[in-house]
This record gives sequence, structure tokens and C-alpha cells, in this order.
Amino acid sequence: MPIEPNVTSPSRSGTEERRVTDTLLPPEFADLEVWSDWILATEGERYAKRLGSTMSEMQAFYDAAFPRLEAIMDHARTVPLGGAPVGDADRNLAHLAFSLVTASFPVEAWKQPHVPDSGAADIPLVLEPGF
Amino acid sequence: MAHFAKPEEGSWTEHYAHLGTGPVSYDDSIDPQWFEDEREAVFKRSWLNVGRVEQLPRTGSYFTKELDVARTSVILVKAADGEIRGFHNICRHRGNKLVWTDFPKEEDNGTCRQFACKYHGWRYDLEGSLTFVQQEEEFFDLDKADYGLVPVHVDTWEGFIFVNLADEPEQGLREFLGGMATGLDGYPFSEMTYRYEYKADVGANWKLFIDAFAEFYHAPILHMRQSVADEAQKLAGVGFEALHYEIFEPVAHSVVSSWGGMAPPSDPGMVKPIENVLRSGLFGPWDKPADIDLSNLPPGLNPANHRAWGTDSFQIYPNMVILIWEPGWYLTYHYWPTSVNSHRFEANLYFAEPKNLAERISQELAAVTFKEFSLQDGNTLEATQTMIESAVVREFPLCDQEILVRNLHHAVREDVNAYRAERDVAVTVGN
Repeated sequence: MPIEPNVTSPSRSGTEERRVTDTLLPPEFADLEVWSDWILATEGERYAKRLGSTMSEMQAFYDAAFPRLEAIMDHARTVPLGGAPVGDADRNLAHLAFSLVTASFPVEAWKQPHVPDSGAADIPLVLEPGF
Repeated sequence: MAHFAKPEEGSWTEHYAHLGTGPVSYDDSIDPQWFEDEREAVFKRSWLNVGRVEQLPRTGSYFTKELDVARTSVILVKAADGEIRGFHNICRHRGNKLVWTDFPKEEDNGTCRQFACKYHGWRYDLEGSLTFVQQEEEFFDLDKADYGLVPVHVDTWEGFIFVNLADEPEQGLREFLGGMATGLDGYPFSEMTYRYEYKADVGANWKLFIDAFAEFYHAPILHMRQSVADEAQKLAGVGFEALHYEIFEPVAHSVVSSWGGMAPPSDPGMVKPIENVLRSGLFGPWDKPADIDLSNLPPGLNPANHRAWGTDSFQIYPNMVILIWEPGWYLTYHYWPTSVNSHRFEANLYFAEPKNLAERISQELAAVTFKEFSLQDGNTLEATQTMIESAVVREFPLCDQEILVRNLHHAVREDVNAYRAERDVAVTVGN
């Protein structure tokens, strides 16, 4: 009798893919929703967005979001990890903060989108810890 | 003027007299035949770290590791008896790669009860025994006991899984790691399991990238613009001096111990605005993980016992680095050669599990900062490889702060020369 090969084949431990929807940010951060194109779920998307942006675009995002970062951190301290799943709004807020981190290097250090002298080099983050 | 004490010989390099102080050749990074001999002399004889025990949480958990440098792929699996076992990733029937999904060259992981070959359905249990042969009666005097998976030697140290591809390793893992491991025993690696993994293909010999991270003489210059302007000028003016270097025995693993880290900085003007808000940066989150006891560090850390200690970078011969940061996290680098002038670079950052979303955001800054620095380091390397290959210059000076560059090339040279001598004797005897 032929055996079904998939029955005993090793199963891949799939990393779950998260996609951002139009979910709102927490209400007190409604002012940041105009920057929702920076709510990006993966490091690869955030890095591509940075490289695809002009300095004036990134400066505008930074100027709007950086002054709110203290408040974002105060809010984020109230969101526990390791228990119940994080809600979409809080998750989006974190992804927006991650984008601000990514954009801060061109704005605060490089004065250009890519790392100086890094050419076409990339070091992709292949495993991003979930939360 | 030296800011930190050096050994009585006057320099770290002269303290390890076998290294010499003369110029060094990097022909070992451009010669294809040398690379072929490194495969045998270095990578098929050394213990190689392929992962951590957290990657194999339960019975049947497995992952594969591509070892191009040894022209093989291995499977690591947690067997039913709880032991971690390793096998060459080849089916005993027709030689198909046993475990892979979609792309044969891509590493795989998951959980299973047994391994089944995609080709003709032969099956092996988690101990590597052949348990099922499709249409077994069609074979001729086939005894399944003769066709188990080919094992590789596996051992662990502090949760790090090592393999050794030799038929009989020259020494056990513990002896191989020597004083390096003794000095680090007990560090809470197992409590830092929140992992970021990076991979990149780099167009340079594997040793050149290890060299880049083995000295921090470059840091104030190459990474100048990562600091705020006043701080960058100050760092460049002072230059870099390590607190301590050590080269271990019997294998030439090494450590460079460095000052640094600003957690928090004495002057907020020293760091970038986002670092002040997120309380994080290159040296990691400023606030140490609350649940991990870092009050009694093992003696191998901060070997100079200096109050300004910031980080220790351990090079584990041949191709692994463990870098432990004072604020309570660590990272590893692996350099897997793919040819004389290319390798796969892997970096893993290990933090304590974040307790809340703010801690996760602080970690993100540390991870992104790491990548910014690495991109600068990595691209410099390809520029180095192409010019060394020009062979216009064949010998290069190294300063005392580059002692571990000297050490790595010396250790590889010793191994390759010993291997060549053995091989020549064998050829002579064979004739």
C-alpha cells in the first residue's frame, strides 16, 4: 500500500506572518495616524521604507513622531508581554515606534537614507522575535 | 601614552611571544588551495557551534545546518531519550538530502516523530535507525541495521550545541574550549532567549570579517558618525585601548575586554536624542533585566576587573564569537565559509524576554544600532578583499590593539601547516 509521504515528513515550524490592517492606534495617539504608512510589521519593510524615502520625508515623520516618543513609551510600559496577546492598536503603535527608530539614524546621524559607504550591502533580519 | 596597564613585556603582542611582531601576510585569505586545506585542517577537525538548545525544545524538535565548508549538511534533533543527536543529512538509499523543504540549500527546522525521505519514502527514527524501507522485499539481503543515518559527534556547553565532523575528535568539547569555557561557566545564557537573527552573504574571506570584529582600533574612525559630534572628536583623539587581552590554550580561543557603555551616560549630550528617550543604544538597553542576577559574574568576564568595563568579545576558534555586554545581554557571530573569498555571516542577538512593550521598543533600538554598525563593517571588508587579491601589497603591519588578528591567522596557519605535513608524510609512506 502506498504511504502518504506527508504524514511522516518533518513539519516546518512556520513563523507566523503578521500583516498590518487599517487598525487604529490607541486613542491618545490619534494625531499620529496620518503617519500610518510607517506602521510596518517587519524589519525588512521598515528598512525598505527608509531607503525609499527622501530625507525631507523622513525628517517630517521624525519631527512629528519623536516629540511623542516619551508618551509612547509611557503607554508601552502599561502593555505587558508574555501573557495575553497584544491588541492591534498597541501592536501598530510599537511598529510605528520601530519605524521611528529606523528613521532616526538618517535623521540624527547620517543625513542620508542609507548607511554611508554601505553600497548595496544588507544584513537582513531573518528571525524577528514576536510579541 | 597607555591609559590601561599592559603586560610587563611592554605589549600584549610581546606577552604572547610566539606571535611575533612583524608584518603579516593575508595570502591565507586569497589562495584557493589554502582554502581547500582549511576545509580539512580547520573545519573538519574543530568543534563547530551550530545552534543553541532552545532551538530544540521538545522530543522531535530538529533543525538542519548547511556546512558548505565541509561539503555537508547536518541534522540536529532532540531524540526520545532527551539527548541531542546529530546526523549527516543524507538518506542511505540513494543519497538524497533527507530533511529540507522547497529549497534544498535552505536550512530547515520543525518537529517530527521520524524522518522520511521525499524520494522513496525510507524512514528513520530520531535515533537515526532505519525503520522502514518501501518494498523492502525487492532488495537483496538488506539488513536495516546496516543503514542507519551517519552520526556526527555532538556535545553542548552552556546550552551551545557543537558538532565535530572528525571520525574521532582530537579532544572532547570541554578540552577544546579549555580555559575560555571555564571562565564563562555559569553566565545566565539560558535566561536570555529572546533572539534576533541576521544573515548575510559577504564577499570576503571568513577570517577578514573575524578580524574586523577582533579589534576595536577601527571603532573611533569607521563609526565616528554614529556618535554625536563632540563625542566623536573626543573618541578619535583618544583612540582605542582594550582593558585586557587573553589567548587561551590548548586551542587559541581569545578574548578582548573593553571599556564603554553608557548606562545611563553621565552627560545626556553624549548620546543621540532617541537613545535618551529609549534608554538604549549600541551597548543595549540601559536598564538591566530585572529577573536575572548579574551580581556575581563568572571570573572570565571583565578579566581586568575594571570599573569602566563594557563588553567582552570571545573568539571561539575557528569561526564563532560570543560578545557579552555589561548591561546584561549577549550576541554571537558565526562566519561560515562558502569559498576563498565569500562567507555566510550570521549574527544572533539574545536578550531577556521583554516584560512589557516599552522594553521591546528599547531592544529594537539596540538591534537596529547593531545593524547600522555591521553594515559599515561589512562593506569595508569587501573593499579589503578585492585589494588584497590585487597582491600589490603582500605584507601588512599590525599594532598591539590588533593582536587577535595576528592570533587568528597564526592559529589557522599552524593548523594548515600541520595538516600539510601529515599529508606529505602519508603520501611518502603510501609511495
